[in-house]
Amino acid sequence: MTAHLLKRLIIAALTLVLASIVVFAVMEILPGDPARLMLGMNASADQVEVLRNQMGLNAPLVLRYLHWAAGLLSLDFGRSYTYSVPVIDLVRERIAVSLPLALIALALSTIIAIPVGVFSASRQGRAGDTLAMGAAQLGVAVPNFWFALMLIYLFAVWLHLVPAGGFPGWSAGIWAALKSLLLPAVALALPQAAILARVARSALIEVLNEDYIRTARAKGLPYRAVLWRHALRNAMIPVLTILGLQFAFLLAGTIIIENVFYLPGLGRLIFQAITQRDLIVVESIVMLLVAAVILINLLVDFSYAIVDPRLRAIPGKVRSGFPSGIAPKQILRAVQRFRETRNRSRGRQ
Amino acid sequence: MTMRIDLPEETIAGVLAKAFGNRSFLIGLAITLLVVAVALLSFVWTPYDVTRLVIADKTQAPSWAHWFGTDHFGRDILSMIMVGARNSIAVALVAVGIGMGIGVPLGAFAAARGGLADEALMRVNDLVFAFPALLSAIMITAIFGPGAVNAIIAIGIFNIPVFARVTRAGALAIWPREFILAARAAGKGMTRITAEHILPNITTLLLVQGTIQFALGILAEAGLSYVGLGAQPPMPSWGRMLFDAQTRMVTAPWMAIFPGMAIVITVLGLNLLGDGIADILDPKSRRRR
Repeated sequence: MTAHLLKRLIIAALTLVLASIVVFAVMEILPGDPARLMLGMNASADQVEVLRNQMGLNAPLVLRYLHWAAGLLSLDFGRSYTYSVPVIDLVRERIAVSLPLALIALALSTIIAIPVGVFSASRQGRAGDTLAMGAAQLGVAVPNFWFALMLIYLFAVWLHLVPAGGFPGWSAGIWAALKSLLLPAVALALPQAAILARVARSALIEVLNEDYIRTARAKGLPYRAVLWRHALRNAMIPVLTILGLQFAFLLAGTIIIENVFYLPGLGRLIFQAITQRDLIVVESIVMLLVAAVILINLLVDFSYAIVDPRLRAIPGKVRSGFPSGIAPKQILRAVQRFRETRNRSRGRQ
Repeated sequence: MTMRIDLPEETIAGVLAKAFGNRSFLIGLAITLLVVAVALLSFVWTPYDVTRLVIADKTQAPSWAHWFGTDHFGRDILSMIMVGARNSIAVALVAVGIGMGIGVPLGAFAAARGGLADEALMRVNDLVFAFPALLSAIMITAIFGPGAVNAIIAIGIFNIPVFARVTRAGALAIWPREFILAARAAGKGMTRITAEHILPNITTLLLVQGTIQFALGILAEAGLSYVGLGAQPPMPSWGRMLFDAQTRMVTAPWMAIFPGMAIVITVLGLNLLGDGIADILDPKSRRRR
């Protein structure tokens, strides 16, 4: 397993490097001269040239990439073209909105989805299951920004329970800040919860058909204990996979939702930066989100080993030293199954 | 996923019989056909002309004259939803086409070749997956400017690795089978085996994934148009209509309610259709869903 995790780690690092090259290349293609942008249209060509030299824009491409990449590693993203402040300061301020929003949404989605999935799986085919899965089917089809608009209409316009948008800042008190993040988090969470509930249900149903569940029941364990302790734990791998993917999706999803609720997060910042041609801010945020996605996928890979002890025993190739009673073929099948589930769910996202 | 090869007894009649007994397939098919029919109808007839602005009729609540009300320019919402369906379907369809057209050959090649080619493809896949779809769409539109075509490209690019993965996984399950060995013994090359034996056996997989990606494409297009990166006015698009509605939630909520419902119903129909096809053609998946 160590070899496998090491391989994942190297792949993640490689992906990150490739991604940074892609982002850098894209920003190079973009029209617009940052020096010209900062000085305005009245500046002379000479002035622009001086600033270009100062900003290092005339250096060879490879050197500029290396300089930029080295900056990224030390969290020095450069200075914003329009605000003339370090990008990291802008970003830090905005992450304080986006990250809590994504985390609250993730927590909400998990809290809703797992019990619904367990409920449905344990009543497979009965009215409760049909109803819950019908609701989930509907939830998957709802675009989160439209759901957000409907929530605003219901809770802010009609009932005046929460503000319709805006963010008072964390300095206004945690409660006031959380209150303005509540609707956006719900809007983000519910469609995701629908997907997660479906995955949890199907993973559980698959596990509930296994022999060891029958054994556990046969030795007299109550159904509830079997369901929550034995079955759920074994169904965690597909659920974790989806959770990881969802966090990435939620981080990106905040981009749209922040625009619905006028929240000053990363999403609003990236759109402002695009319209102002503040490319250094755009590329910093894109790199940050991409790095977050790669890191989360890596964590999910690692967490498989924690959740499923069988996978800890798997090196790159099957070797001796198996716990007695588990044939290599069975283990290989388990590994195969979790890879397939992961690939399938990646396709779905 | 364990692959199931079509059994001889699974005749067309048998599949049809199963199709008519499958509720989610029937409902999904009905909704999908309805949406397509509405989109086609909009080419020849809409209740009102969507290009004509009638300021006197602006933001009117739903009535017998305007079933879904009118927008801030006095345009009929129902007519705009009908025309918007064209845009949604076209964008999602072409994006799925791009994904399949490039992803399927790539995945099939990786599965057939294995080794370095396979590894390289999977790493590129990882790379594309590292960019959330919305983020790559934002980057693409930042380069080329907003517009329906760029939205298609952005969504299409995200579809490529999805189809490459599905094709590869499906093909890998078929390659070790005896009838492939027989085909090789008969002297067929890699390309011919892929075209004649592998691809026909994974059409179910591709069909189901295609429906899912189609639905996701419609959601993605709506999202992009909503933030102003998709279809540009005056071309009616569901996402754009929601954007226009956002600041008028208090005075004209119908401007948001109906286009959103159009999206939900369309996506719901496609998802049901996909689940139904999976159930009918791959009985093993029935247990899972």
